[in-house]
Amino acid sequence: MPTTTAPLPLPERFPADSIQLREGLDQPTWIVRREILVDLARELTADPETGFDLLLDLCGVDYPDREERFEVVYHLASLRGGGRLRLKVPVPEDDPVLPSLIDVWKGADWFEREVYDMFGLHFEGHPNLRRILTHEAFQGHPLRKDYDPARRWILTEDKMYRPQPEPPMDAEDDMFERMTINIGPSHPAMHGTFRVVATLDGEIISASEVEIGYLHRCFEKMAETHTWQQVIPYTDRLNYCSSFINNVGYCRAVETLLNVEVPPRAVWARTILSEFSRVMDHCVCNGSSLVDSGALTNFWYLFQPREEIYGLLEACSGARLTVSYCRIGGLAADLPPDFEARCRALLETIPAFIDDVEKLIVSNRIWLDRAVGIAAIGGEEAVNWGWTGPCLRASGVDYDVRRDNPYDLYDTVDWDVPVFHGGDVHDRFRVRISEIRESLKIIRQLLDRGMPEGPFIVDDPHVALPPKEVAYNQMEAMIYHFKLIMDGIQVPPGEIYSAVEGANGELGFYVLSDGSGKPYRIKVRPPCFPIFSTFSRLINGGTISDAVVSLGGLNVIAGELER
Amino acid sequence: MSSRGAHPRHPAPYRYTIVERLYLPLLSGLWVTLRHFVRNFFGRGKTYTINYPEERRLYSPRYRGHHILTTRPDGSLRCVACFLCAAACPAECIHIEAGEHPDLNIEKYPLLYNIDMLRCVFCGYCVDACPEEAIIMSNNHDMAYFNRGQSVVTKDELQKPYAYDESRLGYRPHYPEEQAQHAALRHGLVDLVEEARRQGADSASRTAS
Ligand code: SF4
Ligand code: SF4
Repeated sequence: MPTTTAPLPLPERFPADSIQLREGLDQPTWIVRREILVDLARELTADPETGFDLLLDLCGVDYPDREERFEVVYHLASLRGGGRLRLKVPVPEDDPVLPSLIDVWKGADWFEREVYDMFGLHFEGHPNLRRILTHEAFQGHPLRKDYDPARRWILTEDKMYRPQPEPPMDAEDDMFERMTINIGPSHPAMHGTFRVVATLDGEIISASEVEIGYLHRCFEKMAETHTWQQVIPYTDRLNYCSSFINNVGYCRAVETLLNVEVPPRAVWARTILSEFSRVMDHCVCNGSSLVDSGALTNFWYLFQPREEIYGLLEACSGARLTVSYCRIGGLAADLPPDFEARCRALLETIPAFIDDVEKLIVSNRIWLDRAVGIAAIGGEEAVNWGWTGPCLRASGVDYDVRRDNPYDLYDTVDWDVPVFHGGDVHDRFRVRISEIRESLKIIRQLLDRGMPEGPFIVDDPHVALPPKEVAYNQMEAMIYHFKLIMDGIQVPPGEIYSAVEGANGELGFYVLSDGSGKPYRIKVRPPCFPIFSTFSRLINGGTISDAVVSLGGLNVIAGELER
Repeated sequence: MSSRGAHPRHPAPYRYTIVERLYLPLLSGLWVTLRHFVRNFFGRGKTYTINYPEERRLYSPRYRGHHILTTRPDGSLRCVACFLCAAACPAECIHIEAGEHPDLNIEKYPLLYNIDMLRCVFCGYCVDACPEEAIIMSNNHDMAYFNRGQSVVTKDELQKPYAYDESRLGYRPHYPEEQAQHAALRHGLVDLVEEARRQGADSASRTAS
């Protein structure tokens, strides 16, 4: 991924041995002593022009053989300056403590809890360091290499954490009786298994706490026990509303590590299908957030294009939801013969539905009263919380991975990044509607360009299975076929952070290979994870019904949130 | 990357126009719903719901459904118990035990071939892996079981006769698109939902049989 260009100036005032520079495959990497971490972070964010304002991702890696066993990896981005930076902080096993960066980037909150949960590292200064994805009765730290993936625990209710959100006490508060209620984990308004515990003062939420982890299935641990190809079906289940984009994101990361060139036909199809998946995802998100506010009709109108797109994906891949259509190096199968005709038919039908919804909603005062100013957040704060994607663009920050770090064919087509400034439910809705139009624009241009001829997957027997006819008839191809299936793809040692624009934000894959035929570590940067960590902040002070409407507009997908 | 101004500190909410204050745009919304109502009422619009299971959508010839173990002309299983499918399966749901034929010139065969349908993620990797075209998929997706034991299907169930109905084949190594199951699909674009409705009675009888 072509990201940073200019070498970053090394902060002068730190002792020479506290930072070591490495030139990464994708972005510069600094190995930092933990003592200076907070100071360095402040320094890095200080410059208003080129400061690293966005903490993209924070994860741990376990190296049992190293002297300092753990490494915490921070991925930073500067939205205005365009730079990217990776910080690595080694942490020894016998003193697993490092400073929390929650004061610098609020988005570090849940990420640090996740590292604590998965690796047992302590973040000094974190106000609420407890398990996030696993249950309180869970023992051990699952992503440590010595944790047996088949290990099972009996999780009992008496060990369960009971959230007790404490509202700020005022003197007059005592006159009212407060009530604490559960919204979720299985509640029709929660779009998945999230749990919000809210303390109510009348109908106003005075304090709230969010619990997640009900759908955690340890995707990252499972990925470490499978070959590189076998991870692809797992990625389908991250953001299952647009599973094709996850396929692309993962395959791109591995392809960059392998340094294989994907054939133009596959790149073309990937771009088109990604955009269709985005349209579908935005339809689901807007449709369901409108249902939450009582506008049921739109749900039917928006689910019709989705049905049509599912038909297209099924024709290509054989499944509607969990498509698994990408393979490392290309696509799983060639495009169906009527692919172009189908895409054109979709381009004809989809806009009518979007127009209808727009007519029903966008200037409808009943909706406006429910949505304008609800769960509003300013751009600066949103970036600090780690937001990306349509929700961030609704807050006035003009950032889109497709344009700013272009991949596939996005830099060859002409399209705009819609930005709105309300930062509220209404503008998140409008951003998505505009993005659907932009996606269709991209698809139309690519179709006009015509389908590139050629293979749909690289012709490299170390990466892609040989075609069946060849494998049946030639000994050599048969051997490659066997080897590839039994041993998997041999990815050279290295690390990469590669991002695509998922339907709800920057979907990053931080992939580490040690050359053993299985991933050493795969960390997904789920776009809705930092967004949902802001949820308490967004709903406190509003009414319960506002909380429900704002959740729909955030497009939080449990499969991706909890992996 | 373009350089931009500072991130906006405060949200600037949308301001209503006078027309919006007066609820006037509701009229155009009502017109939209009325139009849909009239069109659907007179059967002119396209409705996306069908009377499943009496009517079924036409499935793509690549549909990844219930597996099929194919047989040779003499009725024996093509599978040679090479374990490639089990190795390729990301869900680890294929269980094979190989049997040795007394005559060493004849290949191995599976004594046991079980797929746990509740673990299976229908990714089709087993089909991709098989060197013998011994496992393919059908477009059958209605699988329901009364207990977990039933979900482990054995090699006998995997070679049920419905498997050889052309119209029920799914994901398989070559897509003979030109001889795909639905004649309509040959001529390019088909509206699968409409087609299903048109053939409703037809496919219902096919399912029943
Ligand atoms: S479809 Fe996938 S999960 Fe199911 S048996 Fe085949 S390889 Fe395994
Ligand atoms: S890969 Fe094919 S031949 Fe080998 S065990 Fe599986 S079904 Fe049988």
